[in-house]
Amino acid sequence: MKSLMKYLKGYEKECILSPLFKMLEATFELFVPLVMAAIIDQGIANGDKSYIIKMCFVLITLGVVGLTCSLTAQYFAAKAAVGFSAKLRHALFQHIGTLSFSEIDRLGTSTLITRMTSDVNQLQNGVNLVLRLLLRSPFVVLGAMIMAFTIDIKSAFVFVVVIPVLFLVVFAIMYITIPMYRKVQQRLDHILKITRENLTGVRVIRAFNNENNEKKEFDAGNESLTDMQLHVGRISAVMNPLSYCVINAGAVALIYSGALRVDAGYISQGQVVALVNYMSQILVEVIKLANLIITVTKAFASAGRVRTVFDTKSSVTESKSPCSGEENSEYVVEFRNVSLKYHETGEEAISHIDFRVKRGQTVGIIGGTGCGKSSVVHLIPRFYDATEGEVIVNGVNVKDWDTEKLRDAVGIVLQKAVLFKGSIRDNIRWGKKDATDEEIYRALDISQSREFVENKENKLDEMIEQEGRNLSGGQRQRLTIARAVVKEPQILILDDSASALDFATDARLRRSLKKMDKSTTVFIVSQRTSSIQHADMIIVLDDGKIAMIGTHEELLERCNEYREIHNSQIN
Amino acid sequence: MSQNSSTATLRTVLQYTKKYNVYIILSLVLAAVTVAFTLYIPILTGDAVDYIIDKGLVNFDAIFSIIKKIIVLVFITAAAQWLMNICNNRITYGVVRDIRQKAFEKLEILPLKYIDSHSHGQIVSKIIADADTFADGLLMGFTQLFTGVLTIFGTLIFMLTVNAKITLVVVIITPVSLVVASFIAKSTYSMFRLQSETRGEQTALINEMIGNQKVVKAFGHEAEALKQFDEINERLRKCSLKAIFFSSTTNPSTRFVNSLVYTGVGITGALIAISGGISVGQLSCFLSYANQYTKPFNEISGVVTELQNALACAAGLFELIEEKPQIPDHEDAVMLDAAKGNIELKDVYFSYVPKKKLIENFNLRVGSGKRVAIVGPTGCGKSTVINLLMRFYDVDSGKISVDGIDIREVLRSSLRSSYGMVLQETWLKEGTIRENLMMGKKDATDEEIMDAAKASHAHSFIMRLKDGYDTYITENGGSLSQGQKQLLCIARVMLCLPPMLILDEATSSIDTRTELKIQSAFATMMKGRTSFIVAHRLSTIKEADIILVMKDGNIVEQGKHEELLRLNGFYANLYNSQFEPV
Repeated sequence: MKSLMKYLKGYEKECILSPLFKMLEATFELFVPLVMAAIIDQGIANGDKSYIIKMCFVLITLGVVGLTCSLTAQYFAAKAAVGFSAKLRHALFQHIGTLSFSEIDRLGTSTLITRMTSDVNQLQNGVNLVLRLLLRSPFVVLGAMIMAFTIDIKSAFVFVVVIPVLFLVVFAIMYITIPMYRKVQQRLDHILKITRENLTGVRVIRAFNNENNEKKEFDAGNESLTDMQLHVGRISAVMNPLSYCVINAGAVALIYSGALRVDAGYISQGQVVALVNYMSQILVEVIKLANLIITVTKAFASAGRVRTVFDTKSSVTESKSPCSGEENSEYVVEFRNVSLKYHETGEEAISHIDFRVKRGQTVGIIGGTGCGKSSVVHLIPRFYDATEGEVIVNGVNVKDWDTEKLRDAVGIVLQKAVLFKGSIRDNIRWGKKDATDEEIYRALDISQSREFVENKENKLDEMIEQEGRNLSGGQRQRLTIARAVVKEPQILILDDSASALDFATDARLRRSLKKMDKSTTVFIVSQRTSSIQHADMIIVLDDGKIAMIGTHEELLERCNEYREIHNSQIN
Repeated sequence: MSQNSSTATLRTVLQYTKKYNVYIILSLVLAAVTVAFTLYIPILTGDAVDYIIDKGLVNFDAIFSIIKKIIVLVFITAAAQWLMNICNNRITYGVVRDIRQKAFEKLEILPLKYIDSHSHGQIVSKIIADADTFADGLLMGFTQLFTGVLTIFGTLIFMLTVNAKITLVVVIITPVSLVVASFIAKSTYSMFRLQSETRGEQTALINEMIGNQKVVKAFGHEAEALKQFDEINERLRKCSLKAIFFSSTTNPSTRFVNSLVYTGVGITGALIAISGGISVGQLSCFLSYANQYTKPFNEISGVVTELQNALACAAGLFELIEEKPQIPDHEDAVMLDAAKGNIELKDVYFSYVPKKKLIENFNLRVGSGKRVAIVGPTGCGKSTVINLLMRFYDVDSGKISVDGIDIREVLRSSLRSSYGMVLQETWLKEGTIRENLMMGKKDATDEEIMDAAKASHAHSFIMRLKDGYDTYITENGGSLSQGQKQLLCIARVMLCLPPMLILDEATSSIDTRTELKIQSAFATMMKGRTSFIVAHRLSTIKEADIILVMKDGNIVEQGKHEELLRLNGFYANLYNSQFEPV
């Protein structure tokens, strides 16, 4: 929590004023029983009507002042809480932007999204409520006790006993039930999972006639959830009656001691009424405090989760004296004995990869699923850092490159074709911010997407929905290629990014890529030999290692793995 | 929600609560006891205060007897309150459990059409979150509304017996708080809507940018994304501030009204007391009533929204529960035992949406043990054929028969267990690998399981996992690769080996060498079995006894490879494009 406090900076004034005004409000509230006691003891006892009316004005004034204070406090609290969460979200968003692919893989995008949304909201609620109640409730409780002491010290000892007992009751019950509610949540999650499975897996479940089993499993989960709910319910149901007992025991004790004190002439009848009133004010505040604690516990849990995101530092660190490589070096990409592990303890995804690519060459990378094809090309724009060995672009180790410049020089089309909400033009301009329509159309030509874009009603201004839902898989893929091509990158990487294209389109795409700028080096990752057979060099990967490098003909002759792949596709 | 539909929903809710009638009655009685005693105790306290007049003027005997009474009543009240809570818990949690169970039961017999055409997220949130909201609303509404109303009437009666004039003051001022609360609620409604819209906008952006962070990074788009984010973030901050602040004025405002009530009681009470109309004790009792009387008013507006919300949730749930289930098995449906696999589709018409024609007048006869290859570009509707064969969907007209029996006259379970199905979209259940493999054959021995896994080339990678066959896999396969998941799905079918097969040939998810192995497994599996294969590989297509060529959901051509090539139509085109020279 502490480390997140810095996002309250700039709201120090609000953070101090809000609780302060809350306390002021509470103070005025505490005077009410005293005024009432005065009405009884002086107004009624002496039959003084004007005094009573005067006192009632005092009561109304107290109410108005209390209202003003409270509204001020609420405003400051809301302002601080909302400002806090806005800053926190900004910082989180920015921080996530600095993480490398390894951290994103490890944390998972869905986790990151919930951290940014529901966890931050939970924290906002926490801050808001803490500012409003954390001081107020204890203050009222203590204040009521102090007021009681000013009335009569001996009677006030009842408060000294009742308040701790009340706290004990409320917090003991919370202490027992909070972990139980967590269990309730777990059991709820369990039946949620079963329900979701039965929707996504409905075909398989029905094909295997597993409906009854699923029903049994759901019923068991449902039953155990209900059992737990009833169990927790039984315990928390004790809270209200028990605190009611405690408060009334206090009231009874006050009446008894009050009777003794009045009889002895120390206090008046009105003061006894005031003491009883203070007792009932306490109950309300303790219950509020209990609710506050629940919210704060939740906020703390959220804070912990948010902090783990902040604590995750990017493993790809910027070099102290970044540079960009020489464009005239002979080899554009060099892998020197490169190995990569995604997890410290895990197996190597690729090991001892060694190859050199000359400027303007086309390189094919082929191999089975999970053989490390993507891992190899992801090292070029430094999405990950190699665990061992060196990746060299334009004669300079990628670790010494200015990352931004490096990624500018590399155009990559990822396996998953992702587009963003916005027009087609906006999307293509991701590659080059100031691309003219002419440049965009050239990119569309190369990626074989001009035809379908021109068939759209609004051409380049056609709006793409989130994730590109309103386009077919093949169209999406071609636009992602256009987005990378428009950059006119020195190195263009197609990571299995023609899978949704039919053979004819795929072939045309490759032909037009060939016609691009002669100095562009192209990497094509594929499962299909037909996509890469015309490449200048083909790297065959097997289980993270290079099986052989060569041209199509050489490999057909000498590389078993390659031949197997090729034969399985051609027959 | 209209008045009618909410009464209808309420009636259905009552159907579910019927089982708990005893608890409901008990709860009502206990609530009445609690309210009555809670209201009676301040009177006793007031009486006691009246016996404490001044120095030397204290009637201890009377006070003691009152104190004794108070103690007994407090205990009874507390006990009643506790029992009432327990009854309410039993009612709500019980009702929700029953409703959930019913809803899930329905889920298992809903036609696929419903499941395919409704958002899964929404169905899940109905059964899980909405049921919870309903429970909370019911619990809160039931307890608070009832005790609230009882308290209001009880207080009124008690106050009237003490003094009519002061009662009048209370009755007149209190509704003000209701007016204030509803005014604030109404005016904040639009602010909350704006807030939730803006929040939705932001979540969408977060989903997009964080969800696709890799693309963002690949294009160095972080700064732009942040700029876009900040713009929404600032708007959200502003409208959240408004919404939160204005809604938080409810409490202080109603508290202020309460203090007006309190003052009103104080002034009229004190003035009446001077003329001897009431005693000081009675006044103190009134003062505590003034607090109790206003409280339910403050709560009721909240309870009403809560109840409305709960009813809306319940309505959605009941809609799901009352949804028409799939046509149940025919009464004298036969058991399809050891099917030979002669399949015939006769004059079949089918479409998902009545307006959009799909399959028309489709005829096909597949002899026992034959192979059918289904080919066509992605999204051409190959899965429609699977849907019809497995009877996930029923034909609109015409019929499909297995061994001469209409599949609608066959027990669904026996039809489906006669097919072995491997879909491209791999789905595994959360659980151990063993559990997943045993899905089609509950009594399989370890040996059988291992044989099946070996035959489908899954054994070796399973053994490399931490706990072998007992490795627990999380939802949707978790850490397994797509290819490994596919292998498990194949092993799952391999274990039960039904007489007919439906195979969706893997394309991208399994590398071609592994696929080669799988092909050999498929080949053994298919021997002597009628098989339908969604085919991507030329070898499968060439070896098929009949090829169905699909386009835009229709079967455009059917026949053998050579026949189709001779037709020089869509198939020939598709075939040639693969070998177009580069």
